[in-house]
Amino acid sequence: MHRTEPFFWCLLACGLLVGGYIVLPLLELMTSSTAVDLRQSLQDGDVMRSIRLSILTAGAAAGIAFLFGTPLAYLLARHDFRGKRFLEAVIDLPIVIPHPVVGIAFLSIAGRGHWIGQVLQDAGLRLLGSPAGIIAVLTFVGMPFYVHSAKTGFEAVAPRLEKISRSLGASLPGTLVRITLPLAWRSLLSGIIMCGARAISEFGAVVVVAYHPMTAPVLIYERFEGYGLKYSQPVAFWLVSFCLGLFFLLRVLALRKPTAT
Amino acid sequence: MIHVEQLSVRFRDFHLGKIDLVVEKGEFFVLMGPTGAGKTVLLEAVAGLVPLESGRILISGVDVTRLPPERRGVGIVYQDQGLFPHMDVRGNIVYGLKFCGAGRMEGQQRLERLIDLLGIAHLLRRLPVNLSGGEKQRVALARALIVQPHVLLLDEPLSAIDPGFREDIRRALKRLHRASGTTFLMVTHDFAEALSLADRGAVLHRGALEQTGPIDQIFRAPASLAVAEFVGMKNLFLATVENGHVRLARGTDAAAPSGGNHFRHAAIRPEDLVVSRAAAPPQGASTYRGTVSAVVGCGFGHEVYVQAGDLVFTARPTRRALMDEQICEGADVFISFDPAALHVW
Repeated sequence: MHRTEPFFWCLLACGLLVGGYIVLPLLELMTSSTAVDLRQSLQDGDVMRSIRLSILTAGAAAGIAFLFGTPLAYLLARHDFRGKRFLEAVIDLPIVIPHPVVGIAFLSIAGRGHWIGQVLQDAGLRLLGSPAGIIAVLTFVGMPFYVHSAKTGFEAVAPRLEKISRSLGASLPGTLVRITLPLAWRSLLSGIIMCGARAISEFGAVVVVAYHPMTAPVLIYERFEGYGLKYSQPVAFWLVSFCLGLFFLLRVLALRKPTAT
Repeated sequence: MIHVEQLSVRFRDFHLGKIDLVVEKGEFFVLMGPTGAGKTVLLEAVAGLVPLESGRILISGVDVTRLPPERRGVGIVYQDQGLFPHMDVRGNIVYGLKFCGAGRMEGQQRLERLIDLLGIAHLLRRLPVNLSGGEKQRVALARALIVQPHVLLLDEPLSAIDPGFREDIRRALKRLHRASGTTFLMVTHDFAEALSLADRGAVLHRGALEQTGPIDQIFRAPASLAVAEFVGMKNLFLATVENGHVRLARGTDAAAPSGGNHFRHAAIRPEDLVVSRAAAPPQGASTYRGTVSAVVGCGFGHEVYVQAGDLVFTARPTRRALMDEQICEGADVFISFDPAALHVW
C-alpha cells in the first residue's frame, strides 16, 4: 500500500494504539518500584521462594510436556488416523477451559472419593497444596502450546528424509534421533519455552490447587490483597523480568534463520 | 533379483496393481509412464516405504514383504535428492556406513572409490544448501551406494537437473551401474532417458503394467495405445486387416467405429514417413495422397501434418527434405512409408 494513502495512516494509528496499550501498563509496572524496594524484595525470603517455586514447577511442566508431548506431536504430524481431528480438539481444550475450573477439576479426581485420588494417595502423592499439584495443573494449561509448536516443527521436516534414512539402514528411532530431532529442535525448544512461559504465568488453576506453597503469581496476589499495589509491584517486577527473558529467547530462536531444508 | 508378485497398493484416491514384475540381477531396468501413473508408489513399495494392500516382494530370493525398510538392502535416490540439510556432504555420504557393518578401513575405501567415480572429492566439506542440482544428485548417489545395497531405486534422478548437466549425470549413472554391479531400477517419464540407459523396462499406465520387455522392443512394437502414445508414436490409426493387407481406417481419436471388434491398431513413427511432391514412390512403399495442413517447428526439426482423406499423418522430414521438396502449408504431397515400418496390433 502506498504511504500517501490516508488509509495507510489509519492502519498505522491503530497499530500504534494497540502497541501502546500493551507496552504502557508494563512499562509503568517496571518503572514504578524504587531500586531500594527491588533490592529489598530480592532479600525477602518469601519472594525468592515463590519465584524459585514458580520457575521449578513451570520447568517441570515444560519437561513433562516435552517427554509426553513430543511423541504425540510426531504422531499428529506424520499419521492420519480415525479420530485425529477429535484428538487435536481435545489437546486444545485446556486453552478454552476457565483456569479456576481446571484447578477444581483436578481436585475432584485427586480427592479421596475418586479411585485415581485413592491410587495417588496410596502412592504418597498429594495434589492439594503441594508442588506436585501445581505441576499437574501447569502441565495441563501448558501442554497445548508445546504440542502445537512441536507438531509444526515435525511437519516442516520432509518425510522423504526419514524414508531415505531408513533405506540407508537406520531404524525408526535411529532416524528420529539422527534426522528428525536435529532438524526440528528449534520448534521443540520454542515449544518448551512457550509452554514454560504459559505455565509460569498461571494463577487461576494454581490458587485453587495450592494457595500454599506460594508461586509468584499467588504471592503477588496476596501482597496486593493484604498490603496494596505498592507491595505487589516489586515481586511483579522480578517475575516479569524473568518472563521477558524467556520471551526474548523465544524471539531470537524464531527470528534466526534455520539452515535451509 | 527383484520379484514383485501380485502387488497392490491403495490410497484414498489411487490404486496401483496388481503388478507382477521381475528384474534380473545386475540389470538396469526402467519403469516408465506418464506423471501420476504410480511409478514412485511402486518404487516406495519395493523399498518398504508404503504399506501394501496385497502381494509379495522378493529380493535376492528373500521374501522382504514384512521387513522394515532398513533391513531390505534397498537404496533409494529421489528426484529432489533429499540430502540431510544439517550434515555436510561427507556426513551425508557416510551416513549409512555405521548401520551396514562396514569397518572403518572398508568404509574409507568405499568413500574414496565413490567420490572418485563421481568426481565430488572437492565437495566433501560443503553443506547441501551450497550445491548445484547436479552436485546434489551425485552426493545422493554416493550416499545410496556406499552401503552397497542389493538394489538401487532411482526416482526420476535426472528430471530436477538443469538440462546442461543431465548428460553428465546420465553418464555417471551408467558408470556407477557398471562399476557397482548393483541392480538399478529407475523410474522416468522420459523415454529418451530410458533408451539411453536401460536394457529392459516396463510401462506403467494408470496403476497397471501395460508392457514389459527390452527397451527397443517397447519402442518399436508398443503393445497398447497408451504405450504407443508414451513412446512418441504420433501416427496411430485404427486399421482393418484382410488377407494380410492392412487398410488404415481412421485416426484413433475419431469416433469409435460401431461393431469395431475387427478393427486393430496400427502405428508408424513420424521419422519413418517420407513426404514428397513427386508421385513416384520408392519401390514397394505404401503411398497416400494428401494436403499439408500445417508445418510446425519443433526443436531442431519440423513436424509436417498431412491430411489424406480422413487420415492425418505426422511426419518429421529433415530440414533439407523440407527445402528440397518445397513443402509448405497447402501443398499437395504424397506420403509414403515402408510397410515393414508399420506396426499393427
